[in-house]
Amino acid sequence: MATIAAPTSPAPSLLDRLRRPRVLLGLVALLWLPLVAYVMFGVGRMVLIPAIPATLLLYALAVISWRESAVAVIGVTLVMFWLFIAVVVPFLPLLDPNQPVQPFVTPLTEARDMFFWLGTDFRGRDMLSRTLWGCQRVLVWGVTATAVAYVIGTALGLVAGYLAGWWDEVISFIGNVILSFPVMVLFIVILTYFGPSGFNIIVAVTFASAPAIMRIVRGLTLDIKTRDYVFAAQTRGERPLWIMVVELLPNARGPIIVDACLRLGYTTVAITTLTFLGLGLQPPDPDWGLMIKEAAAAAMLFKFSYMLLVPALSVSSLILGFNLMADGLREMSLRD
Amino acid sequence: MADATPILECRNLCISYFTRAGEIPAVVDFDLIVMPGEAVGIVGESGCGKSTVALAIMQYLGGNGRIVSGEIRFMGQDLTTMSQEELRQLRGSKIAMVYQEPMASLNPSMTIARQLMEVPLYHEAGCSEADARQRALEMLADVRLPDPARIMDAYPHQISGGQQQRVVIAMALLSNPSLLLLDEPTTALDVTVEAGIVQLVREISERYGTSMIYISHNLGLILETCDRITVMYSGEAVEEGSVEQVFDRMRHPYTKGLFNSIPLPGADKHARPLMPIPGQLPLPHERPPGCNFGPRCDHFRAGVCDAGPIAMATVPAHQRHYTRCARFSEIDWQARPEVVEAAASANLGEVVLRVENMKKYYELRDPSLMALISGRSVRTVKANEKLDFEAREAETVAIVGESGCGKSTFAKVMMGLETATEGKLILDGKDLAQTPVERRRPQVVGHLQMVFQNPFDTLNPSHTVGGQIARVIRKFGVESDQAKVEARVMELLDIVKLPRDFYKRRPRQLSGGQKQRVGIARAFAGNPRVVVADEPVSALDVSVQAAVSQLLMDIQRENRTTLIFISHDLSLVRYLADRVVVMYLGTIVEQGTTDEVFAPPYHPYTEALLSAVPIADTSIRKKIIVLHGDIPSAVDPPSGCPFQTRCPRKLGAICDTEEPPIREFSAGHRIACHIEPALLAEMEPVITMPPEQAAE
Amino acid sequence: MLPLIGKRLVQMLLIMVVASLVLFFIFDSDEFKKKIAVAELGGFAVSALSDADYQQWLVNKGLDVPFVQRYVNWFGGVLAGDFGHSFEKNTDVGPLLWDRLKNTGILAFWVFALMIPLSLALGVIAGMKEGGKRDRIVSFVAVFTTSIPEIATAILLTVFLALGLGWLPTKSAMMQGFDPWQLVLPVLTLVIYSFGYVARMTRASMAEVMTSQYIRTAILKGLPQNRVIMRHALRNALIAPFTVIVLQLNWLLSGVVVVEVFFEYSGFGKLLLEAALFGDIYVVQAATFVAVIVAVLSQIVSDVGYTLLNPRIRFG
Repeated sequence: MATIAAPTSPAPSLLDRLRRPRVLLGLVALLWLPLVAYVMFGVGRMVLIPAIPATLLLYALAVISWRESAVAVIGVTLVMFWLFIAVVVPFLPLLDPNQPVQPFVTPLTEARDMFFWLGTDFRGRDMLSRTLWGCQRVLVWGVTATAVAYVIGTALGLVAGYLAGWWDEVISFIGNVILSFPVMVLFIVILTYFGPSGFNIIVAVTFASAPAIMRIVRGLTLDIKTRDYVFAAQTRGERPLWIMVVELLPNARGPIIVDACLRLGYTTVAITTLTFLGLGLQPPDPDWGLMIKEAAAAAMLFKFSYMLLVPALSVSSLILGFNLMADGLREMSLRD
Repeated sequence: MADATPILECRNLCISYFTRAGEIPAVVDFDLIVMPGEAVGIVGESGCGKSTVALAIMQYLGGNGRIVSGEIRFMGQDLTTMSQEELRQLRGSKIAMVYQEPMASLNPSMTIARQLMEVPLYHEAGCSEADARQRALEMLADVRLPDPARIMDAYPHQISGGQQQRVVIAMALLSNPSLLLLDEPTTALDVTVEAGIVQLVREISERYGTSMIYISHNLGLILETCDRITVMYSGEAVEEGSVEQVFDRMRHPYTKGLFNSIPLPGADKHARPLMPIPGQLPLPHERPPGCNFGPRCDHFRAGVCDAGPIAMATVPAHQRHYTRCARFSEIDWQARPEVVEAAASANLGEVVLRVENMKKYYELRDPSLMALISGRSVRTVKANEKLDFEAREAETVAIVGESGCGKSTFAKVMMGLETATEGKLILDGKDLAQTPVERRRPQVVGHLQMVFQNPFDTLNPSHTVGGQIARVIRKFGVESDQAKVEARVMELLDIVKLPRDFYKRRPRQLSGGQKQRVGIARAFAGNPRVVVADEPVSALDVSVQAAVSQLLMDIQRENRTTLIFISHDLSLVRYLADRVVVMYLGTIVEQGTTDEVFAPPYHPYTEALLSAVPIADTSIRKKIIVLHGDIPSAVDPPSGCPFQTRCPRKLGAICDTEEPPIREFSAGHRIACHIEPALLAEMEPVITMPPEQAAE
Repeated sequence: MLPLIGKRLVQMLLIMVVASLVLFFIFDSDEFKKKIAVAELGGFAVSALSDADYQQWLVNKGLDVPFVQRYVNWFGGVLAGDFGHSFEKNTDVGPLLWDRLKNTGILAFWVFALMIPLSLALGVIAGMKEGGKRDRIVSFVAVFTTSIPEIATAILLTVFLALGLGWLPTKSAMMQGFDPWQLVLPVLTLVIYSFGYVARMTRASMAEVMTSQYIRTAILKGLPQNRVIMRHALRNALIAPFTVIVLQLNWLLSGVVVVEVFFEYSGFGKLLLEAALFGDIYVVQAATFVAVIVAVLSQIVSDVGYTLLNPRIRFG
């Protein structure tokens, strides 16, 4: 056995190569990091340029991979639509979302020689511009917050489930304490304590979601750790950290991804609601929750209800996208 | 009998499942005739369509299954054209079914009584609640359940698996059906419990004259229960005939291959190795043209076997014996399979592993209020009690026992996932009983490896096959250089006879047998001294079992590895093992060389176990010993001798109170029993072979 | 059974003590005290306040007492039924909270009264035949309605039913005493948002039961379809939704905040939000406390109910 025959499997196609986890993660980073830099840290809009092709490529890959499930494709289309808007909105020829033009212009009418597709709000700001800009903050803060919650919740869940014993007792008790607070109460308490801001929303979402994620991951871990391959790893003397990261985590990813999509929906609801309640992102930059909050006081006539309807439907479409994605992915995982 | 109407007749039956991928034919051109009072067995490996046939007879194929053509006639009426209401009246009253998993088949939130009473209540007009209850109670007694009144009011989870299956059988018999379908009714049960169910099934057919269809993958079980047999392969019936015809005068190469691949008593592992059927079952949508078995068949001839569909043909001069083989008249059926190589029996080396007085107790906390009051909140489970045995280099030691016998606990202590409560576990002179795996040196860990039971669980689905073997090589410090590691992985893939491009594959692309081979490669990656194989082939199909166990033996012989082979399958153990250790409820009841254990004197448990194993050989005569009751729980073991609650040779009070002495019959042959050695020595052998075969 | 409830109760007490301690700690911070001062005296007045005057204000409000002592006092008070004093509303917290809880209770009652039968019925119908037409319709409606957040549902309902058609009042402040019509929109909003989740849960549970082997046994025993569904499937299928429904209470408490604020309904959620924004410690403290009690109690009910419904555990 001196010479080693090269593996004879056919060379992977371009599509397969693009679908490797490493490539996908790279694409997500290429899309996400510029958005974070732009929205959270105020870096110039040029940083978003590489994110545009990344978004399109990711969308194409998602549609090809999930073409079996119409539900998942519709979901990912909705989500990717808003993501795409978030990335390209600084480059679009839109009016300044914070600049009053003329108040109460109803949709599809002209005012001051300009055509307003979605009209203007009670202060005279362009609704179309505000709606499109509005998706940026919800998406960036919402997804980042969920991601942070997931990292922490997954780590705790793995430890509680795999190491069991005292680790489990302590982590589960703290989790139970937090879970005994109704989510909104928890949000209110945390955000009144730390003050309303995007970063504090991340803190609040982490507090509220991490225990629930921990529970799910813990349950998955308890199931997977009884498998023989984990036993095999133990019998060859692998360290717990290695077992958790290499043996357990990759096999829990299916349900975790489905749950993550659902939770992205919840977080979007939460952020919009919090902003509506005056605890979230602060004016004047446009945000769907904020638009609803401002319009709720001003637009109490049927004629002007578009001010409420436009942001309400926008946020619903994004959440619907997340939920449909979760549904489609679950359906596909059940088929195999 | 010839002109009596058959109870059931399937003619040209074709069943397909319709999925997104298109039509998948599950059963093709299937014929079956069940005469009154006849028991017909359907045997085949997984995916051959045998369960689909059963469900088709019940007209319960689910949303995507459909009978494409052919008919199923039950007492002359075509079931395929019946309305739902007509079917409902037939199901459970005229045709009843017994299922593979008794626990899952009973409603968890209804009492047994309710579930039984439903049968007469819904099938007999004017049957009162009281009548139904009385009938249910009588039927429970008829299926030999102890204390039927208590079981009536129990929920399914409160009784054992064997009892659950008896309840399901009672439910099926309540309306006195004309046809009883049994779909692998004992697969989920322990061997000695299985023997009880098999005996019950035989009694039923004698007492009630019920026609039966018995579906199983186990030829031995079919022999014990049936008159006729249909062998299925890849969706087709390939041979059909009486049990004697098919077992002794088979006319299909697949049937022949099946018999060659199962271990039979009298065959010596070194003289006649198991003959696996080469290749794999074709997937339903990748079936070859012509004979489905063609690609795996020694007698395949292009142009004859792959020309077109092959019809069932009658074997001349045999009554009601059919085969689906184009060349059956040309094949010499008397030819003995060529013996590939009569490998010499390995000469055993030094003692590698010695277990001395090893004990493993667990503490079980009972949080219930009752336990707190009675002060018994902590109970000790004696998972292993005083284990004592040794294993030599190149030796195969089989540990035999049923569930709860403590074999998996023993494996855990060996592998260092648990430490022993007491005693020693000496590997190459070093005591490891108190050293958990984290504190063992990598080399020691590599010297003690394991092959697992479940092929679907043994490999991590998220990593490539090569990566998983490579990890072991690096972990045990065999090689560290990337190229050398890869070379070693390739070498191991060669050894387990897998193609090298499996390196990059993921486990889900592999069949069960292939996964098990990877598991073996992984265990042997660190040049182990001792390999523990926990039921390595029990989850595999019969034809694959032979190949995998043969492979395991070959590698072991090559490397002079000590193999601890944990199994409940005595036929296989007899074939593979040099020494046998029989365990019951955590203790060793008998040990000795394979020949010693398989011949008298026996421990009464060994005797019962030998009798319980179904043997697919018509010439063998077996003494029938059926144990009553179930295996007690290790949490609450019986006093005295652990086997006393079920022992058919129980002496009396001494068995209840005193632990049996361990007596040595010949060097190394030890039995733990109160019965006088002289009496034990007078026992008759359980299995007797006819003189002409024994003489060979 | 009893030990389980006992254990749960002990856990609940522990959780409440920990929760109240954490809350007390949070609201004990200097920023919070200043916030109350700002809310009460106005930002300008506070910034003009001298240090000594501010300390005097704290003494007047009883906020100068050290943390531990204040906590012990408060806890003692709670045990005696005294929840303290609201800074904002200048009344005792107890009666205030009670009054608001009663209003929210009315709301919750109607939500559950409509949501439970609706979601269970739809879930069972959908789950009876997985992948069938009815299943698809119910699943689609359920995903759709759960995807519209309460705030959006509230807007849609208000715009169409109140502003557009004029059938219902837009706000539910109940200024002229109790008016059932004003209850319709808040109840509808909460029902629409929450029924989907329970319906989907029920559907999944029912679908799983329908593919189980004991249902196959029941069918092949020759039982009529009705009997199979009613006796064999329903009971097992409803175990999981039952626990979810009880836990929905926790969920409802969150939704109630938005709905009450949007419709200006004076309930518990609106009280909590206003108090939190004002920094009204004792009100927030008491309200959170109540929320935790409700949450933990519902968990106990859910656990006990699960045990009672599931003989596998009851006689385990």
